[in-house]
Amino acid sequence: MIDFYKSLVEIVGEGHVSNQAEELYFYARDSGLMPIHKPPDYVVAPKTTQEVQKIVELANEKKIPLVPMGGGMSLAGLINPLKGGIVIDMKRMRNILGVNEKARYVIVEGGVSQGALGAYLERNYPNLRHSAVEAPPATTIASSVVIHGQGRLTQQYGFTSDMVSGLEVVLPTGEICRIGSCAMSPDWFSKGPTLPDLSGLFLGWLGTTGIITKVGLKLYPKKKIRDVEMFVTDKADLIPDILFNLTHTEMVEDILIGSQSGIHFDPPMFKGYHYVTLYITGDTDDELEFKRKMVWDSLKEFRENKDGGFMWVLPMIKPGLLEAPQKWITRTLADDKKGGGFTYSGPIVLIEKYPLFAKRLEEVGDKHKLDYAGLARVIGRGHAMMFGFGFPFNRVDSDLMDRVRKALHELIVFAFNQGGIPWKPNIEEQKMAMERMDPNTLKIMMMIKKNLDPNGIMNPGNWEVE
Amino acid sequence: MEYEEIVHRCFRCGFCKFTENYQDFNCPSYLKFGLDTYAAGGRMWLINAWLKKEIKTSRHYAEILYSCVTCGNCKEHCVFTFKEDLLNIFEAAKAELVNTGLIPPSVRDYLNAITKIGNPYKIVQNKRGKWAEGSGIQIFSDQEYLFYVGDVGSCEERGEKMARFVGTLLAEAGLSIGIMGNKERSDGNDVKVLGENGLFLKLAEDNIRNFRENGVKKIITLDPHAFNAFTKEYPKLGGNFEVWHYTQILSTLMKDKKISLSEYKVKVTYHDPCYLGRHNNVYNAPREILKCIPGLELVEMNRNKKNAFCCGGGGGNFFTDILGAGEESPGRIRIRDALDTGAEILAVACPICSKMLDDAVKSEGLEEKIKVQDIAEIVNAARRNPTQHLVESV
Repeated sequence: MIDFYKSLVEIVGEGHVSNQAEELYFYARDSGLMPIHKPPDYVVAPKTTQEVQKIVELANEKKIPLVPMGGGMSLAGLINPLKGGIVIDMKRMRNILGVNEKARYVIVEGGVSQGALGAYLERNYPNLRHSAVEAPPATTIASSVVIHGQGRLTQQYGFTSDMVSGLEVVLPTGEICRIGSCAMSPDWFSKGPTLPDLSGLFLGWLGTTGIITKVGLKLYPKKKIRDVEMFVTDKADLIPDILFNLTHTEMVEDILIGSQSGIHFDPPMFKGYHYVTLYITGDTDDELEFKRKMVWDSLKEFRENKDGGFMWVLPMIKPGLLEAPQKWITRTLADDKKGGGFTYSGPIVLIEKYPLFAKRLEEVGDKHKLDYAGLARVIGRGHAMMFGFGFPFNRVDSDLMDRVRKALHELIVFAFNQGGIPWKPNIEEQKMAMERMDPNTLKIMMMIKKNLDPNGIMNPGNWEVE
Repeated sequence: MEYEEIVHRCFRCGFCKFTENYQDFNCPSYLKFGLDTYAAGGRMWLINAWLKKEIKTSRHYAEILYSCVTCGNCKEHCVFTFKEDLLNIFEAAKAELVNTGLIPPSVRDYLNAITKIGNPYKIVQNKRGKWAEGSGIQIFSDQEYLFYVGDVGSCEERGEKMARFVGTLLAEAGLSIGIMGNKERSDGNDVKVLGENGLFLKLAEDNIRNFRENGVKKIITLDPHAFNAFTKEYPKLGGNFEVWHYTQILSTLMKDKKISLSEYKVKVTYHDPCYLGRHNNVYNAPREILKCIPGLELVEMNRNKKNAFCCGGGGGNFFTDILGAGEESPGRIRIRDALDTGAEILAVACPICSKMLDDAVKSEGLEEKIKVQDIAEIVNAARRNPTQHLVESV
């Protein structure tokens, strides 16, 4: 395979390709709890679409698997090669290619990070924003859209993949393909409509149908002022109504619901409470206060019945809540056990299921003697929610890691049984989803995959029927 | 290995790779190669794997560890409580390699040269003070300050010029300074970060003894790396001196109007050396000097102060060159940062940065657009009566 290595070096240059034990070790795993399968044989870091294309052509020729990688922070093992091959680390492709201010979209290369886009907009287009995610800043825009990510604007505008306004994709057979208005126009304002929406061939496929090398992403108005409110209740049963009322106002930017056992606090002072964190924005104090009043009024009945109330957000914690991403989440969860470990599974479910999910998380957490965090986010105007079952762990505590794995398995089975669908599904969840899926739906999926990737080289093992 | 109990706590979340506002990756070795193994999180996971014997000691493992320029960006931006120990962990891991002898050849050569000859340039000791000839700067006897110039200031052409500019400015401003000349020894800062603790200990103890025997109480350093060693490491060994970087002293002299200046219309941007800025929080003094010069316009690069991007010369890389050349080498990236400001001069306050960035200007073919100058050189150019022999020597 010396020739193959040399071929990769010819494509991306010395230093940006490796078949050394160190890279093969690192790129065989992510920070989550998914098992290691077959480490990659090579790791490459291309700089251009043309380099990606050449790598794909080479991989096709030799029938070597390809695993595209962005920030690698799904925690679901989606970048862990299942059948070896080449991991393509996309983060050297980090040019922001342009913004259409009036049409509110940006075009970025496939390795542009969430953090870099946020900083770029802040500096150059302070009246525009994208739906920044809660994951660490190295998470790429392309990986967010490919896993149907969620961010600060998800309650208003849906999944990050709903915000795509165009794609450039290197197909599994090596062709460079444009999707959306950019397929026939210099403008990247629509991912599909009024044409057949081909973006669905790539969004949600976890890199099994092509490698995204450019993304057009919708931007949204950025208000000058942003504030946070926190409504607390110990009655999980009321959360669906609380969320219904809040979303009815159409005044809220983002809505997160948190519950937890005793993470970071001893005694567990937050256990049994549900914290609805909601964000409001405005260009003026008047606008902000009007929205605040609407929000407070929408929960009047709960306040008057003493079912819950708005808590004073301490000045010392407010900046952390307003950050994007919120560093304290990573710091608190991943270092709670002093072991660099945190993982979660976040099925998408109906909001009315919140009480059941919160209860089940508590039961399973207690059963396995685990600290837990429930992290939920409203999607659309209450059309669904992501309910994350989160657990910190310690990488040197194998017993704890086993208990976390068992708890997650029980919870995801519960979520499926409650009519939920998996978000960024790991290999186990994909299998469970395909088992439950309408056979004809699965048939279409496999047909699409087979036709786009005849050699089966794209992230093989994922969305795959054994 | 020291710090073994911490290493597994890294989540490899990647905050450490960025500036504070995430505008770009800010880890030089990561930017050079584009592989996560070359960032702090990658090193942490590899060191952990090495401790667990999941990977072996190898040439590549050593290269990854030694490609760290110890710029401290990771320590600045890591979100975890153990961030203060990040560089210590990398140093400890390198020390393990030194103990086994499995270090990159260029690191070995650097350490050998220091051990055998006393400096990495293999220049005989009696030529060490040659840079000061004709400058009027005296050998230290009973002056108030020792002016310590370090290896680069003593042995490398650009560093020597910088030493002359600084030394002459300080002396002509009326400061009582002297130099060790042939008695000066390597400060050992880079020896330590390369993991050779035994050699560092010897260098530090020799220097402390030498300083004491000569009655040194106050030291002005040319090199931020020496400043770091003298302020942070030497006191642990009983070497307690009053230590200043030359920009701190010069800014006071400028504010006290000890140096008379003419108008100097020029647009300047300033590059924070990692061992002056992030490692020791000296951000203002160099800027205050520049702001004292009438007509000079100081503009900032996007990445500045605690978010400054390293020139690539720290962590011994100036000597060992593990990072190598190329378009994505840190020096060239930094020069492009400077060019974006529209500045005509990139001001530096470190002889290593000076050389790294000057080479980068040449590699980028930007000699006509921007030049790299030490702060003292800029001050000299703005003086009413610039020191003639210094002007001619540039």
